[in-house]
Amino acid sequence: MSERFDFELPLEPERYELSAPPAYHFELDRRDWFKFLGAGLLVVCVMKNAKAAQETGAAKKPAGDALPEEIGAWLHLGEDGVVTVYTGKVEMGQNIRTSLSQAAAEELHVAMGKIRMVMGDTQLTPFDRGTFGSLTTPTMNRQLRKVAAAARNLLLDLAAAQWKVERKDLVAADGRVSDAAGKRSVEYAALVKGQQLTQAVPADEALAPATQWKVAGQPLPKVDGRDFVTGKHKYPSDQKLPEMLYGKIVRPSAFSATLVSLDSSEAEKMPGVTVVHDGNFIGVAAASSVLAARAAAAIKAEWKAEPQPGQKEVFDYLKKNVTNLGEPVGLATHHDAGAVEPALAAADHRLAQTYTVEYIAHTPLEPRAALAEWTGDHLTVWTGTQRPFGVRSELAAAFRMPEDHVRVLMPDTGSGYGGKHTGETAIEAARLARAAKKPVKVTWTREEEFTWAYFRPAGVIEVASGMQKDGTITAWEFHNYNSGASGFETPYDIPNQRIAFHATKAPLRQGSYRGLAATANHFARETHMDELAHLAKMEPLEFRLKNLKNDRLRAVYEAAAKKFGWGKVKSAAGQGFGVAGGYEKGGYVATCAEVAVDRVTGEVKIVRVVTAFECGAIVNPDGLRNQIEGANIMALGGALFEAVEFENGRILNGLLSLYRVPRFRDIPPIESVMLERKDLLSMGAGETPLMGVAPAIGNAIFDAAGVRLRALPLIPNGLKMS
Amino acid sequence: MAKIQLQVNGRSATVDAEPEATLLSVLREQLDLTGTKYGCGEGQCGACTVLIDGRARRSCQTLASSAVNKKITTIEGLAQGEHLHPLQEAFLAEGAMQCAYCTSGMIMSAASLLSSNANPSEAEIVRFMDGNICRCGTHPRIVAAIRRAANAPKESAR
Repeated sequence: MSERFDFELPLEPERYELSAPPAYHFELDRRDWFKFLGAGLLVVCVMKNAKAAQETGAAKKPAGDALPEEIGAWLHLGEDGVVTVYTGKVEMGQNIRTSLSQAAAEELHVAMGKIRMVMGDTQLTPFDRGTFGSLTTPTMNRQLRKVAAAARNLLLDLAAAQWKVERKDLVAADGRVSDAAGKRSVEYAALVKGQQLTQAVPADEALAPATQWKVAGQPLPKVDGRDFVTGKHKYPSDQKLPEMLYGKIVRPSAFSATLVSLDSSEAEKMPGVTVVHDGNFIGVAAASSVLAARAAAAIKAEWKAEPQPGQKEVFDYLKKNVTNLGEPVGLATHHDAGAVEPALAAADHRLAQTYTVEYIAHTPLEPRAALAEWTGDHLTVWTGTQRPFGVRSELAAAFRMPEDHVRVLMPDTGSGYGGKHTGETAIEAARLARAAKKPVKVTWTREEEFTWAYFRPAGVIEVASGMQKDGTITAWEFHNYNSGASGFETPYDIPNQRIAFHATKAPLRQGSYRGLAATANHFARETHMDELAHLAKMEPLEFRLKNLKNDRLRAVYEAAAKKFGWGKVKSAAGQGFGVAGGYEKGGYVATCAEVAVDRVTGEVKIVRVVTAFECGAIVNPDGLRNQIEGANIMALGGALFEAVEFENGRILNGLLSLYRVPRFRDIPPIESVMLERKDLLSMGAGETPLMGVAPAIGNAIFDAAGVRLRALPLIPNGLKMS
Repeated sequence: MAKIQLQVNGRSATVDAEPEATLLSVLREQLDLTGTKYGCGEGQCGACTVLIDGRARRSCQTLASSAVNKKITTIEGLAQGEHLHPLQEAFLAEGAMQCAYCTSGMIMSAASLLSSNANPSEAEIVRFMDGNICRCGTHPRIVAAIRRAANAPKESAR
């Protein structure tokens, strides 16, 4: 059985993030590797395919004896039998430390406990563009399986040579090579004793199909879970060095404010306090966070800010400020098929509606943090980021130094959700450390995290459609202003389509957010589909399936409907059911929701949610279920009540007492249905399961109360009964 | 700055504390007990939860000086040697974490709940835990973990 795989994976554009390969390359000699690693066996995964190489960023030809740079990952098997796997991907709660260990263990045929993952360390791991776009599972998981398979075959060859037998007469299992007759057996560790073997992975290295997986495919727990329940794990904000100082930044009064006057004399008089004023950067470092806060508070800074657009006018602003300037090259921003105008003119029913989404904040529970240490002209920074190599570039640029003098390490961090791509905190800590001549740690306050990070973009989405009397959609026009192009194409079979993304000026700093614009685009599309179903007087699920050929999407719709009990007659007043679905990043999702609306008070209760999801062969069923449930819960916040309030360059609700995120009382029973396709490549699951939640709830509210909601969040202040 | 003596995880520790120093900053910066987390600084997220005389308290809202002569327990003090607390075992068994940054606070809050209510209903768990935020969305697993710990054999409960 062969696994279907295509290296031409759609690479999710990170619209708002600079994402360039490094300006400098760190070339490492093979011999240096064994000095560092000790003797043993080293297998590197070389990306032969240009597209795949682009995904891990490198593009230069290898020179001399140096390792080629088109490398995705490498694996070292030491004389002690310990397997160390190096990847530039990072762990922030998606549990890839576990799923990638499973991938390596699967093909190397060793116990999970033998695998040690080194992740996101720019000095030790191969270059990687970053951990985002649900790409770890489709790319890195597969690369590690190939690396491990190559290592296993090399071990079989070593034993075959030693015993003067054919490789085919040997088996590798449980960290040993044995002959088929069971007479001889040797541990991997013994085979590599005193060796310095290197091998690049053949591009066509055969992999075990998912149907034969033994370690992959199992619901294994988080590999280092015990460190987290005992408080032992050191997150970026927990890092500490001898002599370390605590940094605090003096922030401007508003975005884009300029400094008018500064008096830092009082802070400078405080013993042990370093004050830095460099351009628009003002910060202090002191022996404790209390002293740093005290010194920062003693600094008198006067700022001048210009009037800026606020939340109340944001949608008008986006529509009036369309620009194509700064558009990243090569992004899909347009999709055309057929001829929309004549199809609209000929349609029996026409519908045009506008949908909006507000700015929301990632609110990772661990705010940005960085510890920076200078050793001569070399800089080391421990920080929570999804792009350690990107942060290395930012640091090199900020301090005008070569990248190979900068090392960025990423200890497993307290979540990201697309919100930790940038290196502000790393630069702040490094700037203070350079002045103080001691290591400095900067941990953002919650208010700083809410204010000085970046947001999921707000957007306006206009949809116009035409339909025949029988419910066949014939025309589809879809315009997204600012929020993004991810997931903007319709999965439904519509002959005439015009779909476009329009870049606009943005009133707030905006960037990627778990799922990117797919959440907004699915909300608009699936709400509009529901409106069309009612216009055609068709049952909403039946209407979708009538216009849908895609088998994988049909399968999740049918699975969600079955689990939910879709089609049952309402049993109470104010009860409502809604459905929505779609596909994105190789994952297929459908969500059914039940709500209860109090028609007098407008109170809405989310009674239950069922989400069906399919992303190919499942690497870790418990990890996948955890992601589906978590994605559904995170989606509830943006669906129901999350919105960033801002005015004149200031965030008005930048505290957890003011910005509402989902809490225990907000969580309905959530059932997830996992469909598995063992014949298909495993795809990522961190993002797509969010997509159906908001439209399914909105559609359920319409079903319950007859009120059509076209703005996210749906009910920040309860439902207004019309 | 004043010298104060704190009783943390069964041991006595003397620290120099500024008058405005929170218990959270003293635990993390002076005693290297970094299992207790900063999440919001306003008592809204529960990541900094510790036990003071057995009750859940937000250490970011507690002055270090006010905790003198009280019995402070942090996540690092919950296990007995290698023997994990039933809640720690239950969180592992239920896989009740993703990034796990909230986990310390969740476990400490739950420990407080179970010490006053040995067998809480799901509604009681939700009500008690509502002040603790998990952004990854592992709430149902956390509720299940607390139920599991409550149902664990009593001889291993502490």
